[in-house]
Amino acid sequence: MADTKVSLCGIELDNPIIPASGTFGYGYEFAELYDINILGTFSFKGTTLEPRFGNPTPRIAECTAGMINSVGLQNPGVEKVIAEELPKLTRCFNKKVMANVGGFSVEEYVRTAAMLDACDCVGWLEINISCPNVHGGGIAFGTSASAAAQITAAVKKAVRKPVIIKLSPNVTDIAGIAAACEDSGADGVSLINTLLGMRIDIKTRRPVVANRKGGFSGEAVFPVAVRMVNEVAQRVKIPVVGIGGVASAENVIEMMMAGATAVQVGAANLVNPFACRDIIAGLAPTMEKYKINSLKEIIGACV
Amino acid sequence: MKQGLYTIAENVPLTHSIYKMKLVGDTSECTRPGQFINILIDGLFLRRPISVADYDEQSITIIYKVVGKGTAAMKKMKVDDTLDVLTGLGNGYDTSCSGDKPLLMGAGVGVPPLYKLAKELVSQGKAVKVLIGFHSASDVFLADDFAAIGADVTVVTSDGSVGKKGRVTQYMDDYTHVYACGPEGMLKSVYENCTTSAQLSFEERMGCGFGACMGCSCKTVTGYKRICKDGPVLFKEEILWQTQK
Repeated sequence: MADTKVSLCGIELDNPIIPASGTFGYGYEFAELYDINILGTFSFKGTTLEPRFGNPTPRIAECTAGMINSVGLQNPGVEKVIAEELPKLTRCFNKKVMANVGGFSVEEYVRTAAMLDACDCVGWLEINISCPNVHGGGIAFGTSASAAAQITAAVKKAVRKPVIIKLSPNVTDIAGIAAACEDSGADGVSLINTLLGMRIDIKTRRPVVANRKGGFSGEAVFPVAVRMVNEVAQRVKIPVVGIGGVASAENVIEMMMAGATAVQVGAANLVNPFACRDIIAGLAPTMEKYKINSLKEIIGACV
Repeated sequence: MKQGLYTIAENVPLTHSIYKMKLVGDTSECTRPGQFINILIDGLFLRRPISVADYDEQSITIIYKVVGKGTAAMKKMKVDDTLDVLTGLGNGYDTSCSGDKPLLMGAGVGVPPLYKLAKELVSQGKAVKVLIGFHSASDVFLADDFAAIGADVTVVTSDGSVGKKGRVTQYMDDYTHVYACGPEGMLKSVYENCTTSAQLSFEERMGCGFGACMGCSCKTVTGYKRICKDGPVLFKEEILWQTQK
């Protein structure tokens, strides 16, 4: 029997499959389609201290084997998330969930993370210092090792649960930033967030998304993600969560061989709402095909 | 929402750019006129959301305009080809508030969802008026189909080449509720000219089509709404035009 269990920052997952933040809401839309308790866990919609509408529409542009989004962290704010969304989430999901935290200042990250840390259903805090769609916040922290370290240290001081820092690929040395997070106490890192991209409508000569540029994701980014996960895994000892273009059980195994302890699935959920269910169903047969008895054994096989 | 495989039973042109496709398969999630389906197309990343023109126990009919890569690929599809489709998306129109004399207003490719709506309202014994607008005589479709089910149809063309000349909103008269679907400019004009309550169906670029990605959000009087999940139909009373974009 293929063993799909992995351990992420001390919490055991039935399998390494984690729907990525922003592609799975707070879970309940997908719970109408299948029992989401089959997931390892999921990372819920990025949550900020204050409610946010996000960017103007259109927010979506199609690309070859991928898409650009410029949603801009739309969310009802942490208080409403805790009061309204998490009760709905826990009615359909009985495992620990990953709380994704966005912000615009160190203090904001700390306050939001501390509030979510106090929620029983939250197992990990994923600190998004890499959202490309918000001006002045988010990505500024994710593109500087010292700022990433500062956020990590401040959040770590305020919470008890494992802290995973979500990293931006729009940098020259992602491994250096990951190392700075590790040195400041991060329990893990997740990568990659979306790559900055842009499309222009050649008929109107205007950008397709209203915010001009957005985050590129989907199967096209998979090789970039594998490379960056591998570089980071070579550099740090803390667990790496691999994200970027994952759409199949084979992709999951490849990402784990690159160094990922667990794997997030993003854009694929938006095209096939059953993507994670199908990937999980494909894990055991794919492991058998490649003579893998336990997924734990292959983590970092190619580091 | 359901995902399923559907077999193309018909794919025929209605005008030079408008096509009708009939898909056979599970229609159990089609519960209201004004909903849409989301079609996976080989070689394209995102699904294509298309409004439902009609449905019954066995089939879903869509009427689409060829405007980009997705619809160009659809146009070439053959009878007996199969498609991966998400069905039962969106809220659809509420027929319970139509009153006795509902007015259905559509323009261009906004006309199709009004067809099933007209059928339902006629079957409920309502005196259904349909006011549909097109650029020119060669763009007109579905007008005879509305008449065949017993609706009172008025065709309006911008150039006056057939029916009345001008815009549909010039001919609104004697109605109890308005149902509209069309370009944003037309919807805004309906909103401004309508003297009763109304339901307006909006279009937006979508990511997923089922409420997960927040790609198609808009601001309303009652908070942020996702066009794909909380819409595409919004009540007149909840629309905020200033901040729509």
